[in-house]
Amino acid sequence: MVALLKIDALCKSFGGVTATDDVSLTVEAGEIHAIIGPNGAGKTTLVAQLCGALKPDSGTVTFKGANITNRAAHARARLGITRSFQITSLVMSMSVLDNVALAVQAQDGHSFRFLKPARKIKHLRDEAMESLRMVGLRRRANDLTSELSHGEHRQMEIAIALASRAQLMLLDEPMAGLGPEESGNLVTFLKTLKGERTILLIEHDMDAVFALADRISVLVYGRIIATGTPDEIRSNDDVRHAYLGEE
Amino acid sequence: MGRLSAIGWVTLVFMLALAILPPIFMWTGQPFYVDLTTRLVVLAIAAVGLNILLGFGGLVSFGHAAFIGIGAYAVGIPAYHATWGGMDFIASYNGFFQLALALAASALFALVTGAIALRTKGVYFLMITMAFGQMAYYFFLSLDIYGGDDGLTIDVRSELPLISLDNPLTLYLVAYVSLVVAMFIKHTLVNSRFGMVLQGAKGNNERMVTLGFNTYKYQLVAYVISGSIAGYAGFLLGNFTTFISPDMLDWTRSGELMFMVILGGASTVLGPVLGSSIFILIEEVLKGVMGWFDGLLEPLIGRELGLEVYWHLPFGLMLIFVVLFVRGGLMGLLKRRGK
Repeated sequence: MVALLKIDALCKSFGGVTATDDVSLTVEAGEIHAIIGPNGAGKTTLVAQLCGALKPDSGTVTFKGANITNRAAHARARLGITRSFQITSLVMSMSVLDNVALAVQAQDGHSFRFLKPARKIKHLRDEAMESLRMVGLRRRANDLTSELSHGEHRQMEIAIALASRAQLMLLDEPMAGLGPEESGNLVTFLKTLKGERTILLIEHDMDAVFALADRISVLVYGRIIATGTPDEIRSNDDVRHAYLGEE
Repeated sequence: MGRLSAIGWVTLVFMLALAILPPIFMWTGQPFYVDLTTRLVVLAIAAVGLNILLGFGGLVSFGHAAFIGIGAYAVGIPAYHATWGGMDFIASYNGFFQLALALAASALFALVTGAIALRTKGVYFLMITMAFGQMAYYFFLSLDIYGGDDGLTIDVRSELPLISLDNPLTLYLVAYVSLVVAMFIKHTLVNSRFGMVLQGAKGNNERMVTLGFNTYKYQLVAYVISGSIAGYAGFLLGNFTTFISPDMLDWTRSGELMFMVILGGASTVLGPVLGSSIFILIEEVLKGVMGWFDGLLEPLIGRELGLEVYWHLPFGLMLIFVVLFVRGGLMGLLKRRGK
């Protein structure tokens, strides 16, 4: 397997708090790599540095062999990294389909195109519709985003990640706030993506993580204390002590 | 073309009324109303330009009067030199030259100030655009050669082939056609891919950046387009008033423009036009009412109070009412009625 994403000795602190402490990690192409860790372990801070929203103090991020540590967020997205947000982040004033179509549009060359109505460009709409169909939101396509439920918003986040055709999907707690049935459906769906997409999954829901992940890294107080297959992590003493044991 | 929506019908009827009424005013010998509608239409063009930023970009610019002023001075300064000599490279009565100058100058001003202002967000953006507007205000104020504080009279209007802007009705029709074109440009723009990015960034900038859009660039282009449209309105306004002064660039003018957009309803095509129409009409009506009130009080107090000047007072109260109770402006009201 090839390392799609390589994180090397990444550090980030806020004042006296070290949120990311010498994190090194590789994500192989095609795998679902989960990052688990207790609240405040620095998971979202890590995602923010990977997608470019935060700048690390030191260390490097390499994507497809290129050093992207200093690239802007929009440039990374163009290279093929997409993220979903832990706290739903959508354009509420637009329709569901518009939101997803923008993700397709983002990968379809520049958007300094002023004449043709965007809603009439067939391939943008079709691809967006296909993503919505995959997550089961097709019938809500023309509804206003703000009218959808929380669960549906989470599905939209996934649809947008799919539509952006990103090679690497950073999913920041996609199950957050979902009921057992909804997260079950989402796990089933993410399983179907296995092998097709590379996913870095940040998740609190342990059942989901162990059902999905090829490999798991455990983050505690900004440090990676272990990386391995689900079985290895289950039997790792440090992890049991630091994290699983406390649950 | 599908069937027209209710809003579409209102737009069509309103624009038809604007096309038909001034010629009727003209032929029935009421030039005052032709002047009124001309001013209304010219300001509506500027409001349409501002609305691209405010309504669809979510960028509240408080300095758009500067663009109107720049456009107006682009008529006045060349005409001044053509009359009185000096600065030969710029001296001209040619309308196309003046128009090109107006567009280029306002686009350049938008590019430079926008590049800086767009690095800020929200209320800071509002303050910095206002500061740039005031900068332009003091710049023209300090130009003594063009009258400084006293302003400058334009002796000769822009010269165009075939038509003469000296004819009020011709000037009106030019302004009207310009407004229709501006509305069409805006409609096309906001529905294009570019417009979708702009609206997306208004709703959720972080999401748009994460998708791969450099929203700063898109907003800057929108700022330049918006400023140029306001500059074009300034070109017409200079030809309409034939008098320009720094007062055109004052921040209160920018505020009025903003009120027009909010009053009519941002994020609609007709909104700013409706807003500026109502704004100008109410201004006239309130002046009349205040004057009538003054006349009523005169025998009681024994002198005129000159209340006409204070038409802003009831107007301000009305605006507060609109902002508080009529969400989405007049167009918002229409939409809710339509449902």
